[in-house]
Amino acid sequence: MDTMTGAKALMTAMEKEGVKQVFGLPGGANLPMYDEFARCDIRHILVRHEQSASHMADGFGRVSRKPGVCFATSGPGATNILTGLATAQADSAPMIAVTGQVPVAMIGKDAFQESDIIGMANPVVKYAFQPRLPGDVPEAVKKGFYIAETGRPGPVLIDVPKDVQQNEAPMDFPEEFKIQGYHPWNDPDIVACEKAIDMLLNSEKPIILAGGGTIISSAFAELQSIAETLMLPVVTTFKGKGAFPENHPLSLGPIGMHGHAEANKMMAEADCVLAIGTRFSDRSVGTFEAFEKRLKIIHLDVDPAEIGKNQTTSVAVVGDVRASLRVMVKLLLQRALKKTEDSLWLKHVKETKEYWKENLKLHPGEMGAAKILRKLRELLPKESVVTTEVGQHQMWASLFYDVIQPGTFFSSTGLGTMGWGFPASIGAKVARPDVPVVDIAGDGSFSMTENSLATAVLEDIPVIVFVLNNSTLGMVAQWQRTFYDRRMIGVDQGGCPDYVKLAESYGAQGIRAQSMDELDKAIKSALSSDVATVIDIPIDPEEDVLPFVAPGTSLSDMILPS
Amino acid sequence: MWAILSVLVENKPGVLFKVTHLFRSRNFNIDSISVGITDNPNYSRMTITTYGDEKQVEQIVKQLDKMIDTVEVKHLDEHKTVFRELCIFKLKLSNANDSMEINKLANAYGGKVHDVKKDSIMVELTATPDQIKAFEELAKPFGIIDVARTGVAALQRSGA
Repeated sequence: MDTMTGAKALMTAMEKEGVKQVFGLPGGANLPMYDEFARCDIRHILVRHEQSASHMADGFGRVSRKPGVCFATSGPGATNILTGLATAQADSAPMIAVTGQVPVAMIGKDAFQESDIIGMANPVVKYAFQPRLPGDVPEAVKKGFYIAETGRPGPVLIDVPKDVQQNEAPMDFPEEFKIQGYHPWNDPDIVACEKAIDMLLNSEKPIILAGGGTIISSAFAELQSIAETLMLPVVTTFKGKGAFPENHPLSLGPIGMHGHAEANKMMAEADCVLAIGTRFSDRSVGTFEAFEKRLKIIHLDVDPAEIGKNQTTSVAVVGDVRASLRVMVKLLLQRALKKTEDSLWLKHVKETKEYWKENLKLHPGEMGAAKILRKLRELLPKESVVTTEVGQHQMWASLFYDVIQPGTFFSSTGLGTMGWGFPASIGAKVARPDVPVVDIAGDGSFSMTENSLATAVLEDIPVIVFVLNNSTLGMVAQWQRTFYDRRMIGVDQGGCPDYVKLAESYGAQGIRAQSMDELDKAIKSALSSDVATVIDIPIDPEEDVLPFVAPGTSLSDMILPS
Repeated sequence: MWAILSVLVENKPGVLFKVTHLFRSRNFNIDSISVGITDNPNYSRMTITTYGDEKQVEQIVKQLDKMIDTVEVKHLDEHKTVFRELCIFKLKLSNANDSMEINKLANAYGGKVHDVKKDSIMVELTATPDQIKAFEELAKPFGIIDVARTGVAALQRSGA
């Protein structure tokens, strides 16, 4: 056993977990840990606000499926990452947040920069540790990573008092440990899988609904195999967008408040759904009662608490969805079931898809959202990673940016955190430096974390920010136009700032694209740039995101473009 | 329905906070909660009584089970469970006969009398919540000054 400080033990334990970089910002209470960067191989990526560090760690974690790590000091540093923790928790993203804390003897004394971050973070983390002795640090890190990345992933907070960082102890780095009340995996339930298949086969209008869990467990091949074997149409939730190639003939795209018209229509007509790794959020299903009416639900989820939480389930298959789907694929093989002919239902689905492809009215202008996002899709290599912010641009991305390669599209879908996409794209680019990474943004969201441009430039992380700029908090404006008789309150961004100049002031590339021709050039320039690029694309502030399922209504009640 | 949940948790700081926070954030109700260490000092047992329909109670159990610090969660069938609550009533003595009447009442409920003063008397009762409620109704006419209750402690009967 080596004797070392708690700070050294923390960094050593993280190196053992394979951590290569930390996103963070130093302060008084985490300086002993920061000092260790001078003596270890972990890269430190400096941010300008701790919230951005947490989103970067989140983006890294979603793309690499290994927890991203962020550091913040005590007090305000710690409270600044709360939004990041809540975002990661809502979207089941693996993350480790390490905060400094005032020395143990000062806890509870309202010390300078003291905050009860353990208490505050409790509802938005999967677990939290506060080692009170230096010797407790290695186990907290080991267990923290295990909890963050197993089962249903989530953020873990490790809050380390300053004296615990500074003091020395003989350190044991255990490989084995036990957490009695934590059972992240269940073995695939073969009986339930059999039942699920029977139910699908005995239904007239079956459909697959792939949620975010499909992406988290990388069940892409299994999903595609089942869909193709049984010739089932596939819709996704917004978080599950891209779990299934969106150019596949069986793909209908996301359902939900701003789902594809064909996806919502077919979801509302289906009589049996194979729901994979989804929690049936209100944004996906509309009203819970209308959704489950006349619908048999087969629910696959790793989290037993999701079964029956929002919907009544006919067959529940608890366990890692990839493992469960594998069992189903095997059972189908055994039964030599392979459909080759379109059923009446599938013919109807395909006709519906074709109808909406022809008949969904789009913005007539040259710079309409659909045209802009289809242009981006056309020019981006299919393996590119896309993140989004939150708002109209996000929903346009959902409608008009087709994900071809599964697991390349990420968004703050659960918490809906404006400002998430840009720092998350930086984390994603660190995880995948070999592919282009684009944050599809709106001006309102981008403004919230735009100072991460400093990180992108100084740390040489060349991401692309694709700003659909209507100089408005566009989604709020759309609701005010739709539900509040056009009383536009608090939504005008006044053309401020100039995003080209802003980008340039940070040393990034700024390009304004006011025509399709300019946009084409801008995207190509960004893709070949070795510095981060902001593409500012002025759009019509009156353009709505349609279709639109108003809150509290069912998926079949869409507001459509007139 | 009224449900008794027996929750075995790791005996460490913050676990009670997390359990109560879960009830608050998930919009569940705590009717009563009692916590005590078990024969194994690594564990505490929480006995929580709550109200909800079947679906809600199932969700409460699942959400509690999902917590990493909970080792075991059981929804106890009250017909197969011994459950008791300790309650102390402080009652008014207004008339000459009150003391005797209260003594009789306490005896009928297996209670004990304490702290007999000129104007007040205390009754200690260990019983089911229903029995305590019945006692309370009968004690009301004397005038209840104060009540303190522990919440239910419960264990499943062997072989149940």
